[in-house]
Amino acid sequence: MGEYLLRRLALAIPTLLLTMSMVFILARVVPGDPALVILGDQASLEALAALREKLGLDRPLHLQYFDFLAGILQGDLGRSLVTGKSVWLELLSVLPYTIELTLAAILLGVLFGVPLGAYAAVHRNQWPDTLTRLFSLTGLSFPAFVSAILLLLVFAIELRWFPVISAPKMDDPLDRLRHLALPAMNLGLLMTAYVTRVSRASMLNVLGEDYVRTARAKGIGARAVLWRHALRNAMIPVATVVGLYLGTMIGNSVLTEIVFNRPGLGKLILGALNLRDYTMLQGLMVFFAGFIVLANAATDIAYGLIDPRVRYK
Amino acid sequence: MSATTAVAQAPQGWVRRFRNNPTSLVGLAIFLAVILAAVFAPWIWPVDPLEQDVVERLVGPSLAHPLGTDSFGRDVLARLLHAGRISLLIGISSIALAMLVGSAIGIAAGYIGGWFDAMVTSLLDVLLSFPTLLLGLMVVAMLGSSVENLVLAIALTELAPFARVARAPTIALKNRDFIEAGRALGFSDLRLVVVHIIPNLISDVIVVASLWLAAAIRTEASLSFIGLGVKPPTPTWGGMIREGFENILDAPWLAVAPGLAILITVLGINLLGDGLRDAIDPKVRND
Repeated sequence: MGEYLLRRLALAIPTLLLTMSMVFILARVVPGDPALVILGDQASLEALAALREKLGLDRPLHLQYFDFLAGILQGDLGRSLVTGKSVWLELLSVLPYTIELTLAAILLGVLFGVPLGAYAAVHRNQWPDTLTRLFSLTGLSFPAFVSAILLLLVFAIELRWFPVISAPKMDDPLDRLRHLALPAMNLGLLMTAYVTRVSRASMLNVLGEDYVRTARAKGIGARAVLWRHALRNAMIPVATVVGLYLGTMIGNSVLTEIVFNRPGLGKLILGALNLRDYTMLQGLMVFFAGFIVLANAATDIAYGLIDPRVRYK
Repeated sequence: MSATTAVAQAPQGWVRRFRNNPTSLVGLAIFLAVILAAVFAPWIWPVDPLEQDVVERLVGPSLAHPLGTDSFGRDVLARLLHAGRISLLIGISSIALAMLVGSAIGIAAGYIGGWFDAMVTSLLDVLLSFPTLLLGLMVVAMLGSSVENLVLAIALTELAPFARVARAPTIALKNRDFIEAGRALGFSDLRLVVVHIIPNLISDVIVVASLWLAAAIRTEASLSFIGLGVKPPTPTWGGMIREGFENILDAPWLAVAPGLAILITVLGINLLGDGLRDAIDPKVRND
């Protein structure tokens, strides 16, 4: 297992390097001058030159690239152009809100999605299955900000069950939960739709396997076959696919945070966009891309823990 | 030659399977209705989507304005119909671009193989690991938001799935006897690819296109909602929601109407895409 772990982690290094290079390419080589993007068309040539120098954009491209990589290696994502604060520290200060929201959504998604998908698979092509499929396809069709606005309208503005603006006091657990409820419900519903669909497909696959037929033939009760033999095996691909969903989930949480005006990475991105805070945007991209590469490696490692066959591939 | 005959026979089978699935037909009907509404917008509801009326601001639904008016007194129904044109234009163009470029990359990688394939595959993995919305957001933020740049940015986020779906069958096909036979007859690589490989993977690519069109329309709407869409006053669904959201307490219909328009469009395309996939791909027909 130790060897597998090292091998998989080593595999993440070139991917990480490639990913970071891609961020660099996007930020520097894409046609368009970052200094011009930041200062706008009206800026004087002197101001543009000064900003280019400040950002190191006047230096040769390969030196900029090495500086960029060296910075990342030292855990330095640069400083915000607007506040002058470290991008990394600004990121850390709102990260707990986003983590809280995403974990709650994953929890809801798995809690409701897995049983719903399994239930639909067992009752394949009957009306509970049709209803479930329609629900999950509708959920998958919702842009996150549209569902967020509908939830906000119904539960916060009409029924007044939850606060409209979601900036919780972090030291009051009850207040935090009240502010978390609607955003988490939004993200959780979308996640449930996805998990339901994946669980259903995976369960259908497993139900057709020989070992399930064997278990049935041995006279094991239908319930035991379902829970002990089918569902556990069906969950392995679900875990991987949920890992792949992280990218979509990050996009959805950004949109959700914006609608509910909730502090987090989403509002940080929006602020950086509005203020043309280019270093902040680049830092956030590095953070997200790095996070996804590491999360994928972690999913693979978890997969290896669950299923010994994977380790020897 | 067995593969070419299989392609020739395929349509009948999948058309029948597609027709027998009521949900796919509903999806097709919704998609066609949305396209017709967008194309014939000026005739269906002959009101200028840009005309402002300061007296009639934020008025609720009425006979004169079936979906009310926005904060500039513009007719929401007219804006909704015209916004559909932009959203569909960007969605369909970006998918067409991603389909052409992505499949070409995938076919090239699969056909050439070796280090080229290895390099392309790892680049695609990297592209896939980027959150779609953030990738689009970064590109549009750098390039500026115009229709062309949005198409480019959204196409970039959707290259990888096409390259993947085109690459795998190319690898399987290039070692088949009929390709070997073609090579022995002295056919050029280009001819082998165009005449013998592309027809064999086109149905897979079309399924991917129909499934990702929904995502493209959603991404465009999300970018517009964030403020990176086509510049106002041109109406887009995401942009209308962005403007409507500012008046959510007084005039909720401003955000709800375009929201439902996106939802219905995307749901229709998803139903259609699912139906096509179930009909065309026998492996997943049971899912």
